[in-house]
Amino acid sequence: MSISRAPLMNLVRLKGTPILEQLHLEERLLRASTDNWCIVNDGTNVPTIVMGMSGKPSQLLEVGPVIKDRIPVIKRFTGGGTVIVDKSTLFVSLICNKDDVPSVQPYPRSVMAWSGSLYGEVFEGVDGFQLRENDYVFGDRKFGGNAQSIIRNRWIHHTSFLWDYNVRNMAYLKLPSKVPQYRLERDHTEFVCRMKDYIERSDFVEKTVKAVGNQFAMKEVNLEDIDSYAKGEHVKSTRLLTMEELQEAMASTAQSA
Amino acid sequence: MALRMWASSTANALKLSSSASKSHLLPAFSISRCFSSVLEGLKYANSHEWVKHEGSVATIGISDHAQDHLGEVVFVELPEEKSSVTKEKNFGAVESVKATSEIISPISGEVIEVNTKLADSPGLINSSPYEDGWMIKVKPSNPAELESLMGPKEYTKFCEEEDAAH
Repeated sequence: MSISRAPLMNLVRLKGTPILEQLHLEERLLRASTDNWCIVNDGTNVPTIVMGMSGKPSQLLEVGPVIKDRIPVIKRFTGGGTVIVDKSTLFVSLICNKDDVPSVQPYPRSVMAWSGSLYGEVFEGVDGFQLRENDYVFGDRKFGGNAQSIIRNRWIHHTSFLWDYNVRNMAYLKLPSKVPQYRLERDHTEFVCRMKDYIERSDFVEKTVKAVGNQFAMKEVNLEDIDSYAKGEHVKSTRLLTMEELQEAMASTAQSA
Repeated sequence: MALRMWASSTANALKLSSSASKSHLLPAFSISRCFSSVLEGLKYANSHEWVKHEGSVATIGISDHAQDHLGEVVFVELPEEKSSVTKEKNFGAVESVKATSEIISPISGEVIEVNTKLADSPGLINSSPYEDGWMIKVKPSNPAELESLMGPKEYTKFCEEEDAAH
Protein backbone atom coordinates (compact mmCIF):
# COMPACT_ATOMS: atom_id res chain seq x y z
CA MET A 1 0.00 0.00 0.00
CA SER A 2 1.47 3.41 -0.90
CA ILE A 3 0.70 6.50 1.12
CA SER A 4 0.84 9.72 -0.84
CA ARG A 5 2.59 12.45 1.09
CA ALA A 6 1.68 16.05 0.84
CA PRO A 7 4.25 18.04 -1.14
CA LEU A 8 6.61 20.24 0.86
CA MET A 9 6.04 23.99 1.17
CA ASN A 10 8.77 26.21 2.60
CA LEU A 11 7.39 29.02 4.76
CA VAL A 12 9.28 32.30 5.08
CA ARG A 13 7.98 34.82 7.58
CA LEU A 14 9.09 38.41 7.10
CA LYS A 15 8.24 41.56 8.99
CA GLY A 16 8.55 45.02 7.54
CA THR A 17 10.74 43.83 4.67
CA PRO A 18 10.88 46.46 1.92
CA ILE A 19 8.49 45.44 -0.85
CA LEU A 20 11.23 45.73 -3.50
CA GLU A 21 13.32 43.24 -1.55
CA GLN A 22 10.30 40.95 -1.14
CA LEU A 23 9.57 41.03 -4.87
CA HIS A 24 13.21 40.38 -5.76
CA LEU A 25 13.14 37.41 -3.42
CA GLU A 26 9.94 36.09 -4.98
CA GLU A 27 11.21 36.43 -8.52
CA ARG A 28 14.40 34.65 -7.52
CA LEU A 29 12.53 31.81 -5.83
CA LEU A 30 10.13 31.44 -8.75
CA ARG A 31 12.88 31.29 -11.37
CA ALA A 32 15.87 29.76 -9.57
CA SER A 33 14.35 27.37 -7.03
CA THR A 34 12.50 24.13 -7.56
CA ASP A 35 10.70 24.19 -4.20
CA ASN A 36 7.28 25.43 -3.21
CA TRP A 37 7.25 28.63 -1.13
CA CYS A 38 4.84 30.54 1.04
CA ILE A 39 6.10 34.02 1.91
CA VAL A 40 4.31 36.15 4.45
CA ASN A 41 5.49 39.74 4.92
CA ASP A 42 3.90 41.64 7.76
CA GLY A 43 3.98 45.16 6.37
CA THR A 44 6.57 46.99 4.31
CA ASN A 45 8.81 49.80 5.55
CA VAL A 46 7.72 52.86 3.54
CA PRO A 47 4.72 53.69 1.36
CA THR A 48 5.53 52.38 -2.10
CA ILE A 49 3.64 52.20 -5.38
CA VAL A 50 3.81 48.83 -7.14
CA MET A 51 2.70 48.51 -10.77
CA GLY A 52 2.22 45.35 -12.80
CA MET A 53 4.43 44.29 -15.69
CA SER A 54 2.64 46.39 -18.27
CA GLY A 55 1.92 49.39 -16.09
CA LYS A 56 2.52 52.87 -17.51
CA PRO A 57 3.06 55.56 -14.86
CA SER A 58 1.55 58.31 -17.02
CA GLN A 59 -1.72 56.37 -17.19
CA LEU A 60 -1.85 54.97 -13.67
CA LEU A 61 -0.29 57.56 -11.39
CA GLU A 62 -0.64 61.21 -10.43
CA VAL A 63 3.01 61.56 -11.33
CA GLY A 64 3.48 65.13 -10.13
CA PRO A 65 2.65 64.39 -6.48
CA VAL A 66 4.50 61.07 -6.67
CA ILE A 67 7.68 62.90 -7.70
CA LYS A 68 7.14 65.77 -5.27
CA ASP A 69 6.61 63.42 -2.32
CA ARG A 70 9.36 61.05 -3.50
CA ILE A 71 7.18 57.96 -3.41
CA PRO A 72 9.12 54.96 -4.77
CA VAL A 73 7.52 53.30 -7.81
CA ILE A 74 8.23 49.67 -8.61
CA LYS A 75 7.38 47.67 -11.72
CA ARG A 76 6.95 44.04 -10.68
CA PHE A 77 7.34 40.83 -12.65
CA THR A 78 3.72 39.75 -12.31
CA GLY A 79 0.65 41.05 -14.13
CA GLY A 80 -2.24 42.95 -12.66
CA GLY A 81 -2.85 46.46 -11.48
CA THR A 82 -1.34 49.17 -9.31
CA VAL A 83 -1.34 49.33 -5.55
CA ILE A 84 0.17 51.58 -2.93
CA VAL A 85 1.44 49.57 0.00
CA ASP A 86 2.77 50.52 3.42
CA LYS A 87 3.42 49.21 6.91
CA SER A 88 -0.16 48.17 7.38
CA THR A 89 -0.32 46.03 4.25
CA LEU A 90 -0.07 42.26 4.66
CA PHE A 91 1.55 40.26 1.87
CA VAL A 92 1.08 36.56 1.15
CA SER A 93 2.79 34.91 -1.78
CA LEU A 94 2.51 31.32 -2.95
CA ILE A 95 5.02 29.83 -5.36
CA CYS A 96 4.17 26.32 -6.56
CA ASN A 97 5.40 23.64 -8.89
CA LYS A 98 2.47 22.84 -11.15
CA ASP A 99 2.98 19.12 -10.54
CA ASP A 100 2.56 19.62 -6.77
CA VAL A 101 -0.89 21.11 -7.31
CA PRO A 102 -2.15 18.67 -9.94
CA SER A 103 -5.76 19.86 -9.80
CA VAL A 104 -4.64 23.30 -11.01
CA GLN A 105 -3.82 23.99 -14.64
CA PRO A 106 -1.00 26.54 -15.07
CA TYR A 107 -3.35 29.20 -16.37
CA PRO A 108 -4.51 32.37 -14.60
CA ARG A 109 -8.14 31.48 -13.92
CA SER A 110 -7.33 28.01 -12.68
CA VAL A 111 -4.70 29.33 -10.26
CA MET A 112 -7.07 32.05 -9.11
CA ALA A 113 -9.87 29.54 -8.48
CA TRP A 114 -7.51 27.49 -6.35
CA SER A 115 -6.34 30.47 -4.32
CA GLY A 116 -9.91 31.69 -3.95
CA SER A 117 -10.82 28.36 -2.45
CA LEU A 118 -7.80 28.46 -0.12
CA TYR A 119 -8.70 31.89 1.19
CA GLY A 120 -12.30 30.73 1.46
CA GLU A 121 -11.00 28.48 4.24
CA VAL A 122 -9.17 31.40 5.86
CA PHE A 123 -12.24 33.59 5.88
CA GLU A 124 -14.74 30.90 6.77
CA GLY A 125 -17.34 32.49 8.97
CA VAL A 126 -16.51 35.99 7.78
CA ASP A 127 -19.52 37.42 6.04
CA GLY A 128 -19.34 38.31 2.41
CA PHE A 129 -15.89 36.98 1.48
CA GLN A 130 -15.52 35.92 -2.12
CA LEU A 131 -13.24 36.01 -5.09
CA ARG A 132 -14.98 38.47 -7.38
CA GLU A 133 -13.63 39.13 -10.86
CA ASN A 134 -10.11 38.30 -9.65
CA ASP A 135 -10.26 40.44 -6.49
CA TYR A 136 -10.76 39.35 -2.90
CA VAL A 137 -13.78 41.22 -1.56
CA PHE A 138 -16.10 41.47 1.37
CA GLY A 139 -19.41 42.10 -0.34
CA ASP A 140 -18.58 44.52 -3.12
CA ARG A 141 -15.52 46.07 -1.50
CA LYS A 142 -12.04 44.96 -2.41
CA PHE A 143 -9.51 44.25 0.30
CA GLY A 144 -6.98 42.11 -1.54
CA GLY A 145 -5.31 42.58 -4.91
CA ASN A 146 -3.85 39.58 -6.73
CA ALA A 147 -1.26 39.04 -9.38
CA GLN A 148 0.44 36.05 -10.91
CA SER A 149 3.31 34.94 -13.04
CA ILE A 150 3.31 31.59 -14.79
CA ILE A 151 6.50 30.07 -16.14
CA ARG A 152 7.08 26.69 -17.67
CA ASN A 153 6.43 24.41 -14.72
CA ARG A 154 5.80 26.83 -11.88
CA TRP A 155 3.66 29.75 -10.94
CA ILE A 156 3.35 32.43 -8.31
CA HIS A 157 0.17 33.90 -6.94
CA HIS A 158 0.73 36.85 -4.65
CA THR A 159 -1.61 39.13 -2.83
CA SER A 160 -1.41 42.43 -1.05
CA PHE A 161 -4.05 42.62 1.65
CA LEU A 162 -5.34 46.02 2.68
CA TRP A 163 -5.27 45.58 6.41
CA ASP A 164 -5.55 49.31 6.76
CA TYR A 165 -4.71 52.20 4.49
CA ASN A 166 -4.09 55.91 4.48
CA VAL A 167 -6.72 57.67 2.38
CA ARG A 168 -4.16 60.31 1.38
CA ASN A 169 -2.01 57.62 -0.27
CA MET A 170 -4.86 56.61 -2.53
CA ALA A 171 -4.64 60.06 -4.09
CA TYR A 172 -1.38 59.06 -5.83
CA LEU A 173 -3.28 56.55 -7.96
CA LYS A 174 -5.45 57.44 -10.94
CA LEU A 175 -8.63 55.56 -11.68
CA PRO A 176 -7.38 52.86 -14.08
CA SER A 177 -8.89 52.64 -17.56
CA LYS A 178 -9.68 48.96 -17.08
CA VAL A 179 -11.69 48.24 -13.97
CA PRO A 180 -13.74 45.23 -12.91
CA GLN A 181 -17.42 45.50 -13.71
CA TYR A 182 -18.45 45.32 -10.09
CA ARG A 183 -16.47 48.48 -9.33
CA LEU A 184 -19.06 50.54 -11.23
CA GLU A 185 -17.75 54.10 -11.06
CA ARG A 186 -16.63 54.16 -7.48
CA ASP A 187 -13.45 55.97 -6.57
CA HIS A 188 -10.78 54.24 -4.47
CA THR A 189 -12.22 55.08 -1.06
CA GLU A 190 -15.67 53.81 -2.03
CA PHE A 191 -14.30 50.69 -3.69
CA VAL A 192 -11.89 49.29 -1.09
CA CYS A 193 -12.30 48.32 2.54
CA ARG A 194 -10.04 47.64 5.49
CA MET A 195 -9.42 44.01 6.39
CA LYS A 196 -8.97 44.97 10.05
CA ASP A 197 -12.71 45.54 10.24
CA TYR A 198 -13.27 41.85 9.54
CA ILE A 199 -10.49 39.76 11.13
CA GLU A 200 -7.64 40.05 13.61
CA ARG A 201 -4.20 40.42 11.99
CA SER A 202 -2.54 37.49 13.74
CA ASP A 203 -5.65 35.40 13.22
CA PHE A 204 -5.47 36.00 9.47
CA VAL A 205 -1.79 35.03 9.27
CA GLU A 206 -2.20 31.84 11.28
CA LYS A 207 -5.35 30.79 9.44
CA THR A 208 -3.57 31.35 6.13
CA VAL A 209 -0.62 29.23 7.20
CA LYS A 210 -3.05 26.57 8.41
CA ALA A 211 -5.01 26.60 5.13
CA VAL A 212 -1.79 26.18 3.15
CA GLY A 213 -0.77 23.47 5.60
CA ASN A 214 -3.94 21.54 4.72
CA GLN A 215 -2.47 20.94 1.27
CA PHE A 216 1.26 20.96 1.91
CA ALA A 217 3.76 19.81 4.51
CA MET A 218 5.05 23.11 5.89
CA LYS A 219 8.66 23.79 6.81
CA GLU A 220 9.85 27.13 8.16
CA VAL A 221 12.90 28.52 6.42
CA ASN A 222 14.91 31.53 7.57
CA LEU A 223 15.70 34.25 5.08
CA GLU A 224 19.42 33.81 5.82
CA ASP A 225 19.23 30.25 4.47
CA ILE A 226 17.63 31.11 1.12
CA ASP A 227 20.90 30.98 -0.85
CA SER A 228 21.04 27.21 -0.51
CA TYR A 229 17.61 26.91 -2.15
CA ALA A 230 18.02 29.26 -5.10
CA LYS A 231 21.24 29.12 -7.01
CA GLY A 232 22.38 30.43 -10.36
CA GLU A 233 21.51 33.36 -12.54
CA HIS A 234 17.95 34.23 -13.38
CA VAL A 235 15.98 36.88 -15.24
CA LYS A 236 15.40 39.88 -13.00
CA SER A 237 12.57 42.03 -14.25
CA THR A 238 11.32 43.65 -11.04
CA ARG A 239 12.82 47.11 -10.69
CA LEU A 240 12.50 50.55 -9.20
CA LEU A 241 11.59 53.20 -11.75
CA THR A 242 14.14 55.97 -12.08
CA MET A 243 13.44 59.64 -11.51
CA GLU A 244 14.07 60.17 -15.22
CA GLU A 245 11.36 57.70 -16.14
CA LEU A 246 8.90 59.38 -13.81
CA GLN A 247 9.76 62.81 -15.19
CA GLU A 248 9.29 61.54 -18.73
CA ALA A 249 5.91 60.15 -17.67
CA MET A 250 4.97 63.53 -16.25
CA ALA A 251 6.05 65.24 -19.46
CA SER A 252 4.01 62.89 -21.59
CA THR A 253 0.98 63.43 -19.36
CA ALA A 254 1.36 67.19 -19.78
CA GLN A 255 1.67 66.85 -23.58
CA SER A 256 -1.47 64.80 -23.91
CA ALA A 257 -3.47 67.11 -21.61
CA MET B 1 -16.61 30.58 -23.05
CA ALA B 2 -15.89 27.29 -24.81
CA LEU B 3 -18.90 27.67 -27.13
CA ARG B 4 -17.93 31.24 -27.99
CA MET B 5 -14.41 30.08 -28.79
CA TRP B 6 -15.74 27.25 -30.97
CA ALA B 7 -17.89 29.73 -32.83
CA SER B 8 -15.00 32.15 -33.17
CA SER B 9 -12.73 29.40 -34.43
CA THR B 10 -15.34 28.23 -36.89
CA ALA B 11 -15.93 31.77 -38.11
CA ASN B 12 -12.23 32.23 -38.63
CA ALA B 13 -12.01 28.97 -40.51
CA LEU B 14 -14.96 29.81 -42.72
CA LYS B 15 -13.47 33.20 -43.48
CA LEU B 16 -10.22 31.52 -44.43
CA SER B 17 -11.90 28.89 -46.56
CA SER B 18 -13.77 31.44 -48.62
CA SER B 19 -10.61 33.11 -49.90
CA ALA B 20 -9.76 30.57 -52.58
CA SER B 21 -7.22 32.88 -54.24
CA LYS B 22 -5.13 32.76 -51.10
CA SER B 23 -5.39 29.01 -50.78
CA HIS B 24 -1.64 28.64 -50.34
CA LEU B 25 -2.02 30.47 -47.02
CA LEU B 26 -5.05 28.59 -45.85
CA PRO B 27 -4.44 25.27 -44.23
CA ALA B 28 -7.46 23.19 -43.31
CA PHE B 29 -8.50 23.13 -39.73
CA SER B 30 -9.98 20.65 -37.37
CA ILE B 31 -11.99 21.17 -34.25
CA SER B 32 -10.94 19.21 -31.26
CA ARG B 33 -13.44 17.93 -28.77
CA CYS B 34 -12.14 20.55 -26.37
CA PHE B 35 -13.64 23.22 -28.67
CA SER B 36 -10.33 24.85 -29.55
CA SER B 37 -9.27 24.86 -33.17
CA VAL B 38 -6.10 23.14 -34.27
CA LEU B 39 -4.86 23.97 -37.75
CA GLU B 40 -3.48 21.43 -40.16
CA GLY B 41 -0.10 22.19 -41.60
CA LEU B 42 1.32 23.56 -38.36
CA LYS B 43 3.55 21.97 -35.74
CA TYR B 44 2.84 22.35 -32.05
CA ALA B 45 4.88 22.40 -28.84
CA ASN B 46 3.67 20.90 -25.57
CA SER B 47 3.84 24.44 -24.19
CA HIS B 48 1.09 25.37 -26.72
CA GLU B 49 3.02 27.42 -29.26
CA TRP B 50 2.59 26.72 -32.98
CA VAL B 51 5.09 26.96 -35.82
CA LYS B 52 4.37 27.46 -39.51
CA HIS B 53 7.48 26.59 -41.49
CA GLU B 54 7.60 28.02 -44.99
CA GLY B 55 10.93 27.85 -46.76
CA SER B 56 13.54 29.61 -44.64
CA VAL B 57 11.03 31.32 -42.37
CA ALA B 58 9.16 29.95 -39.38
CA THR B 59 6.26 31.91 -37.94
CA ILE B 60 5.44 31.38 -34.28
CA GLY B 61 2.36 32.10 -32.18
CA ILE B 62 0.26 30.51 -29.47
CA SER B 63 -2.55 28.08 -30.12
CA ASP B 64 -6.27 28.62 -29.83
CA HIS B 65 -6.24 26.28 -26.82
CA ALA B 66 -3.66 28.48 -25.12
CA GLN B 67 -5.39 31.78 -25.79
CA ASP B 68 -8.67 30.36 -24.59
CA HIS B 69 -7.13 29.21 -21.32
CA LEU B 70 -5.21 32.43 -20.81
CA GLY B 71 -8.19 34.74 -21.14
CA GLU B 72 -8.20 38.24 -22.57
CA VAL B 73 -4.65 39.21 -23.48
CA VAL B 74 -3.94 42.82 -22.52
CA PHE B 75 -0.20 43.08 -23.12
CA VAL B 76 2.46 41.24 -25.06
CA GLU B 77 6.20 41.43 -24.54
CA LEU B 78 8.22 40.27 -27.56
CA PRO B 79 11.92 40.12 -28.41
CA GLU B 80 13.62 42.53 -30.77
CA GLU B 81 14.46 41.79 -34.37
CA LYS B 82 17.90 40.24 -34.83
CA SER B 83 17.80 38.73 -31.35
CA SER B 84 17.99 34.99 -31.06
CA VAL B 85 15.51 32.49 -29.67
CA THR B 86 16.34 29.06 -28.32
CA LYS B 87 14.18 25.95 -28.39
CA GLU B 88 12.34 25.45 -25.09
CA LYS B 89 13.51 28.79 -23.67
CA ASN B 90 11.14 31.70 -23.17
CA PHE B 91 11.24 34.56 -25.65
CA GLY B 92 8.49 36.76 -24.32
CA ALA B 93 5.38 36.98 -22.22
CA VAL B 94 1.70 37.76 -22.43
CA GLU B 95 -0.38 39.36 -19.72
CA SER B 96 -3.94 38.23 -19.13
CA VAL B 97 -6.22 38.10 -16.12
CA LYS B 98 -3.56 39.68 -13.89
CA ALA B 99 -0.97 37.09 -14.85
CA THR B 100 2.18 37.19 -16.91
CA SER B 101 2.69 33.93 -18.78
CA GLU B 102 5.89 33.00 -20.54
CA ILE B 103 5.97 32.17 -24.21
CA ILE B 104 8.41 29.38 -24.98
CA SER B 105 10.13 29.13 -28.34
CA PRO B 106 9.48 25.81 -30.10
CA ILE B 107 12.64 26.21 -32.22
CA SER B 108 15.97 28.02 -32.24
CA GLY B 109 16.91 30.77 -34.62
CA GLU B 110 17.17 34.46 -35.36
CA VAL B 111 14.17 36.76 -35.04
CA ILE B 112 13.65 38.41 -38.42
CA GLU B 113 10.29 40.04 -37.83
CA VAL B 114 8.09 40.90 -34.86
CA ASN B 115 4.34 41.48 -35.07
CA THR B 116 4.23 45.15 -34.08
CA LYS B 117 0.41 45.22 -34.31
CA LEU B 118 0.30 43.35 -31.01
CA ALA B 119 1.57 46.42 -29.16
CA ASP B 120 -1.68 48.28 -29.78
CA SER B 121 -3.92 45.26 -30.35
CA PRO B 122 -2.86 42.44 -28.02
CA GLY B 123 -6.37 41.00 -28.35
CA LEU B 124 -5.48 39.76 -31.83
CA ILE B 125 -3.95 36.81 -30.02
CA ASN B 126 -7.42 35.92 -28.76
CA SER B 127 -9.41 36.71 -31.88
CA SER B 128 -6.95 35.37 -34.45
CA PRO B 129 -4.34 33.17 -32.79
CA TYR B 130 -3.18 31.52 -36.04
CA GLU B 131 -3.28 34.54 -38.33
CA ASP B 132 -3.25 38.16 -37.21
CA GLY B 133 -2.09 37.11 -33.75
CA TRP B 134 1.24 35.69 -34.95
CA MET B 135 4.10 36.80 -32.72
CA ILE B 136 7.50 36.42 -34.34
CA LYS B 137 9.08 35.19 -37.55
CA VAL B 138 12.31 33.30 -37.15
CA LYS B 139 15.06 32.06 -39.43
CA PRO B 140 15.53 28.56 -37.99
CA SER B 141 19.10 27.66 -37.09
CA ASN B 142 18.29 23.96 -36.90
CA PRO B 143 15.23 22.94 -38.96
CA ALA B 144 15.52 19.40 -37.61
CA GLU B 145 14.05 20.73 -34.34
CA LEU B 146 10.67 20.88 -36.06
CA GLU B 147 10.59 17.10 -36.27
CA SER B 148 10.28 16.77 -32.50
CA LEU B 149 7.14 18.93 -32.42
CA MET B 150 3.61 17.54 -32.53
CA GLY B 151 1.41 17.38 -35.58
CA PRO B 152 -2.23 18.52 -35.39
CA LYS B 153 -3.72 15.14 -34.42
CA GLU B 154 -1.14 14.52 -31.73
CA TYR B 155 -1.56 18.06 -30.38
CA THR B 156 -5.35 17.74 -30.32
CA LYS B 157 -5.04 14.58 -28.25
CA PHE B 158 -2.46 16.28 -26.01
CA CYS B 159 -4.88 19.16 -25.27
CA GLU B 160 -7.75 16.80 -24.55
CA GLU B 161 -5.65 14.73 -22.17
CA GLU B 162 -4.34 17.83 -20.43
CA ASP B 163 -7.83 19.20 -19.89
CA ALA B 164 -9.19 15.84 -18.80
CA ALA B 165 -6.48 15.51 -16.17
CA HIS B 166 -7.69 18.61 -14.31
